[in-house]
Amino acid sequence: MEFVFFLSAAVKAGTCLLYATLGEIISEKVGHLNLGVEGMMQIGAVIGFIAGFTFGNPYLAVLCAALAGAAGALIYGVLTVSLKANQVVTGLALTIFGIGFAAFFGKSFVGKKVPEAIVTFFQPIKLPVLGDIPYIGQIFFNQSVYVYFSYLLVIAVYIYLYKTKWGLNTRMIGENPVAADASGIPVDRYKYINIAICGALCGLGGAFLSLVYISIFPVNLVSGRGWIAVALVIFAMWNPGKAMLGAYFFGAMDIASFWLQKYNLPISIYFFTALPYLATVFVLVFTSIRKRANKKEPAWLGKNYFKEDR
Amino acid sequence: MKKRISVILLALAMVVVSVAGCSSGTTSDKSDVVKAGFLYVGPADDGGWSQAHDQGRAKMVENLGGKVETIVKENVPEEKSAVISSIRDMVDQGATIIFGTSFGFMDGMAEAAKEFPDVKFEHCSGYMTADNLGTYFGKIEEPRYLSGMVAGLATKSNKIAYVAAMPIPEVIRGINAFALGVKAVNPDATVNVSWTNTWYDPTVEKAAAEALIQQGCDVTAQHQDSTATMEAAKEAGKLSVGYDLSAATTMPEVYMTAPLWDFSGYYTDAVQSVIDGTWVSDQYWGGMNDGIVLLDDLTALAPGAAQAQVDTAEKAIKDGSLVIFSGELKDQTGTVRVNSGSTMTDEALLSMDWFVDNVVGTLN
Repeated sequence: MEFVFFLSAAVKAGTCLLYATLGEIISEKVGHLNLGVEGMMQIGAVIGFIAGFTFGNPYLAVLCAALAGAAGALIYGVLTVSLKANQVVTGLALTIFGIGFAAFFGKSFVGKKVPEAIVTFFQPIKLPVLGDIPYIGQIFFNQSVYVYFSYLLVIAVYIYLYKTKWGLNTRMIGENPVAADASGIPVDRYKYINIAICGALCGLGGAFLSLVYISIFPVNLVSGRGWIAVALVIFAMWNPGKAMLGAYFFGAMDIASFWLQKYNLPISIYFFTALPYLATVFVLVFTSIRKRANKKEPAWLGKNYFKEDR
Repeated sequence: MKKRISVILLALAMVVVSVAGCSSGTTSDKSDVVKAGFLYVGPADDGGWSQAHDQGRAKMVENLGGKVETIVKENVPEEKSAVISSIRDMVDQGATIIFGTSFGFMDGMAEAAKEFPDVKFEHCSGYMTADNLGTYFGKIEEPRYLSGMVAGLATKSNKIAYVAAMPIPEVIRGINAFALGVKAVNPDATVNVSWTNTWYDPTVEKAAAEALIQQGCDVTAQHQDSTATMEAAKEAGKLSVGYDLSAATTMPEVYMTAPLWDFSGYYTDAVQSVIDGTWVSDQYWGGMNDGIVLLDDLTALAPGAAQAQVDTAEKAIKDGSLVIFSGELKDQTGTVRVNSGSTMTDEALLSMDWFVDNVVGTLN
């Protein structure tokens, strides 16, 4: 039974990663490697908290976080899509900016508590029928609405990318923007929209941390989770379903130390703290060894499209 | 060109944010006013350790009237370079005595003490000293023992959660004192320790507390600077023993009591001695008798039987008839560490690296 509680906590810990990973998948599918995930999560976390703290309304808090994340992503969008700046450098700049932004605007909120109305709203709710399934019910269906929304989002992102015309166009731009442009797809518009969706989802991931996962607003809340999300995209091979699996795996790594300590294992506790990052390295090494055509990154990932070069 | 402008704009935005993030202190040119600097590891209103120091600081300013001004640095990382640069900044602003309030500031303070031989340094909880570097600390294990008695009486599952920061002697001593307090009233209960490797990170503290509660603990205790452990207890409908500051008004749903710090007396005396020119480096280690540590009043949530037992034990600690770390004490493996009838020396206490036998947890 304790293991079930552990998995349930892993799902909760992995949810912020899941939001950010889904966002980054969409951005990469349109050919834009956005290393600003950490920054956009920071922005979403701090704006979500400030909105929640000020208005006490969970819907408004979540909406503000998504909009703030999208606004952060649009900085990246203007620089990389319209001004053709280097994607890696711009993404890194966005991360540094986001951390500074959060430190500056979050400073006066450090130590403040999430309002009671929001805490209550995001309390775990046991779903009827599904929640009664042994083990599975406790793990997946006794969670916050914020977690349930992420389940729906996995399905929505899958349908968007693989079952709609927009998704097809998006993927085509990521694979070959020249052909997409020639066939009359508005390449830049698609890029902007997908980059903004990525930012909104990263903002939601950050706000999950500041509104649901914690009770007291800390300094540097996201603390590296954005980078894990970037790695998770590769781990998941740009597949929303596998992103879910990966997010929960890394969520489990994140909290493993608290659950393993009592067994008195002859392993340093500092090792457990390093576990998520070690796992990230292994995953990246492993996935880069195994290359298969249908599981590769989009062909134009990280490359800007100059119409004039066509 | 466009690209360059945008990069410059972005760089400007980042510079603005980072400059605005720097904290500012109050300055004045009055030469008869002593300036005291304070370094905190967390925010001054963290609801715990740093706030306890800040309250002591505020009270000291009140006690000394216009004779002192203070400069505060919050969220100072426990890195040598960050500590030294914070201290340089304070000395530039005219500070003549600097209080460092976290163990990890030790190396940085020792080096800064060499760099500024005319400035007095006071380091809380450390062991490095110099002619201008003294240490101060309190025997928080005394009120911790008493809070352990309250927790031991309150637990029904006989499993008490203890969310702890770092496996260093100070924290280990506190856990052992707490566990011995538990044992004194409830020999069947265990103290279940989870390390977070951080003094202040509400995210990690809450996750650790939730894990212990899910494992069956029904009372939480903490050696952490935030109230996140109590938040977790509140969400699960459990009871809590706090730390550093009273949470009677902020956490009324779970709070029973807490071992508390009161630095105001020490800070007042230290700064007064700088004003008088009588300051000397020493190693202060006060107990409940000195008022630097105390147990908060029990709330209505504490078990009814607790008050009388705590009062008796408190009296015994104060008059010296109850010594917390006295034999016979066994460690987790059952080995006798302190023989019956003997007590631990200060050296042994200051380097404690083992758990008493009713603690569940690892020290690796």
